[in-house]
Amino acid sequence: MTTHYEAVIGLEVHAQLMTRTKIFCGCENRFGAPPNTLVCPVCLGMPGVLPVLNERAVELAIRAGNALGCDIRSRSVFARKNYFYPDLPKGYQISQFDQPVCEGGHVPLGDGRSIELTRIHLEEDAGKSFHPEGGGEHSLVDLNRCGVPLIEIVSEPVIRSAEDAYSYLVNLKRILEYTEVCDGNMEQGSLRCDANVSLRPVGTTTLGTKTELKNLNSFRATRLGIEAEIARQEKILTGGGTIRQETMQWDADRGVPVPMRSKEEAHDYRYFPEPDLPPLLLSQEKLRAVRDAMPELPDAKRERFQTEYGLREYDAGVLTDSAQLARFFETVVKHFPHADRAANFLMGPYLRLQKEQEGDDLLPVEPEALAQLLALEKGGAVSPAAGRQVFEAMVRTGKAPADLVKELGLEQISDDGALQTVVDEVLAANPEQVAEFLGGKEKVLGFLMGQVMKATRGKGNPGVLTPMLRASLEAKRG
Amino acid sequence: MDLTRATITEIAAALDAGSLASTDLVEHTLRETGRLEPEVHAFLHVRDRESLLREAKESDAARRSGGVTSPLAGIPVAIKDNICTIGTPTTAGSRILEGFQSAYDATVIEKLKAAGALILGKCNLDEFAMGSSTENSAYGPTTNPWDPARVPGGSSGGSAAAVAAGMAFTALGSDTGGSIRQPAALTGVVGLKPTYGTVSRRGLIAFGSSLDQIGPLARCVADAALVFDAIAGNDPRDATSADIATGSACDTLHDSIDTIRVGVPRQSWGEGLDAGVEASVRSALDQLGPAVAEITAIDLPLLEASIPAYYLVATAEASANLSRFDGVRYGLRDKQAGTLDEMYKRTRGHGFGTEVKRRILLGTHALSSGYYDAYYLRAMKVRRKIADDFARAFETCDVIALPATPTPAFPIGEQIDDPITMYRNDLYTIAANLAGLPAISIPCGLHDDTLPLGVQLMAPRFEESRLLRVASHWEAKLGTLGRPPRISANGGDAR
Ligand SMILES: [Zn+2]
Repeated sequence: MTTHYEAVIGLEVHAQLMTRTKIFCGCENRFGAPPNTLVCPVCLGMPGVLPVLNERAVELAIRAGNALGCDIRSRSVFARKNYFYPDLPKGYQISQFDQPVCEGGHVPLGDGRSIELTRIHLEEDAGKSFHPEGGGEHSLVDLNRCGVPLIEIVSEPVIRSAEDAYSYLVNLKRILEYTEVCDGNMEQGSLRCDANVSLRPVGTTTLGTKTELKNLNSFRATRLGIEAEIARQEKILTGGGTIRQETMQWDADRGVPVPMRSKEEAHDYRYFPEPDLPPLLLSQEKLRAVRDAMPELPDAKRERFQTEYGLREYDAGVLTDSAQLARFFETVVKHFPHADRAANFLMGPYLRLQKEQEGDDLLPVEPEALAQLLALEKGGAVSPAAGRQVFEAMVRTGKAPADLVKELGLEQISDDGALQTVVDEVLAANPEQVAEFLGGKEKVLGFLMGQVMKATRGKGNPGVLTPMLRASLEAKRG
Repeated sequence: MDLTRATITEIAAALDAGSLASTDLVEHTLRETGRLEPEVHAFLHVRDRESLLREAKESDAARRSGGVTSPLAGIPVAIKDNICTIGTPTTAGSRILEGFQSAYDATVIEKLKAAGALILGKCNLDEFAMGSSTENSAYGPTTNPWDPARVPGGSSGGSAAAVAAGMAFTALGSDTGGSIRQPAALTGVVGLKPTYGTVSRRGLIAFGSSLDQIGPLARCVADAALVFDAIAGNDPRDATSADIATGSACDTLHDSIDTIRVGVPRQSWGEGLDAGVEASVRSALDQLGPAVAEITAIDLPLLEASIPAYYLVATAEASANLSRFDGVRYGLRDKQAGTLDEMYKRTRGHGFGTEVKRRILLGTHALSSGYYDAYYLRAMKVRRKIADDFARAFETCDVIALPATPTPAFPIGEQIDDPITMYRNDLYTIAANLAGLPAISIPCGLHDDTLPLGVQLMAPRFEESRLLRVASHWEAKLGTLGRPPRISANGGDAR
């Protein structure tokens, strides 16, 4: 009889905090600057330098803890994690070990289930090493990222499938973005995921030997990587082999987990309390202040969108799916106070275009500009169909909607004489459909209307055209 | 005025009166340095004459226009070379930092400069402040101005020797387990280790971060108080810096001490204490007696245990603190290495001296998985108990008096291959570091009429004013030693 295995997965997610400066020095916390330009003696690990804790980083860690239902410790302790690597200037990383800032908590999976957390701790990011192709003996180090504040969110090993790991990450990212703790940009490494994966025979409770899977740099990589690692382990176990405790790296191009250099495994990090930083003490007042400044969480926002803007539950859900979209919507409505139309436009043309562009990011259009377009449409200056063309042009060019309407010649035509001419031409060009309509086939009206709109290049005012078309058809009954 | 003996207060008065100029101080210092350095080797770097004279002239001009308020203005100060200074090398006495130039000034340097002091140069030390003899410097030992065959103590041996020889008016040192007080005692000068957190550590190349403090070595207690007042104070760039206003130690220096109760630990008179040192300290206590309320015996039962506890805590911290010297960004890098690991090993293997490597290994071991509880954690427990012992002792006394060192200065080379004996030099000084207390060593006479000895005072945390006040009164009874006769300008042999 074959043994069936179940996966035991724990995730370690590193989230860069959205602070203005680094965690222990005054250098800017920013992605994309030229290498080694956001550095100072402190984050370069020069002799004699000392860390000074960024208060904002602490607040954001607490905020994350609040959003995820953690216990916030009134006293936590920083510790040195010792290892040598060129992108770690001090030869140790300042992290937290046995007394992290948050304990417990959970991440909802979105279907009523949730995954328990072990802890959240504060630490500093390391720099980045580059091993350029053809660089010969040389490697390069960029220390801009060194000292960027991180929280590491550690789940209990209670995730059972790659699918659940995926949901965990999606929901965690959403909460971190919502609370403005982390911008969630996995491509830029603001959010990074490592997975501990082991298998055990179904029905048993002892944990199998785990491997650590690193470099899961996207949702997709997380799912595929864990799936592949589970499959790899299952194959070994069913073949009678044993799993080696090792660190694997997900090779997204080849779609396989690859063992990292075995040296990486034997680390004794020799954690000990960081003597340069006193224990982090959090008063009740401080915790209250952080709680009071807490941004609205997704569930609360969805409910508010229903009550405040009268949106349907489904629409409110879509619009609050990401904090960015929700914020965009609210800004549009602030300038164009017709929430239903704004919601329709976002859920329709806006999200459709976003999807076509295959991004999760907002389209490059300011909410104020979209509000202007919707106002033009509402005022009759442009038809909804032409409005969509203007919107696409706005995304393309970044120009103002009023200018684009003129530039593209998309002013709405409401003039009876001009429209009647178009209607007459369309009816003359489609005698079959006219006959069908007159024979009782009402549906043909839609087709004819479409032809009329096409002939006006979307500019015809539907409010004028619809009765005009019907009247012209009726007139043909003679 | 004899500039080899004059106090800062006297010099400042002469500068104010116009009978002396800062340029005279620079000339004196450079002349004496030129004469004595070949033998003493207290300095790793003396700043160039032009820069010093330019700054001295600026200081004199500022004084003439009434722009000088600090008594340190215009006075050249020597700096231990583990304190970062712009414009000079900062080597920590190590090959691995040969020629290293700091991009910033330590907070204490900023403060000295703000007070108008001139930075004279950088003093020799045991590599990374690890040692009790200054023999562990990668750039050769410093000799004791009282006897060139003997060590000046350490690790601030260069700072102590520079002051003792009259080359410097005052100097900064650092004290992790006695590194200011022990060399001060062995060279016959005053050495103050302030309360942990009183003087900013920013810019001090870390050895044992939870123990290190910067402090002055000086010709007299009043000078030490002046320098202490100038460098103390909260520094928001040092998270371990205390945010406590302690007030000026100078202001209360001469207040009466007739209500002060002095505790003397019974454990002071134990095994290993040189008979001459004991006699000298007892005689000093006899002289203090009439000035204070009472002298009583107290107990510090863990004095002996302070040595192993210290050598675990300090080395554990050092093992991490010294990881940054990896050849990647600055300092020495071995160019022969073919791989990263090899580069680390060869750079650190060649860059660090024997004692530093010994302590990195010790500390690494103390933190290793499986040993952490037995070594590091246990040492931390002892450390807490020692602090508790002091707290209990200070319920019955106001200051504690004890020897500064178990012996006078020992011959160069005698203990260098015997670390356990060497570590015992810190027997009387370590406990103050473990408990974070302020402590001072002042001269209490000569051993066999040739070698200086020191007596030590400790006070509760942040009680520098009390500590310095008692020390000042005691010093008045004991007298200062002045410059060793053998090197004095008239008749001394400088070889
Ligand atoms: Zn920095």
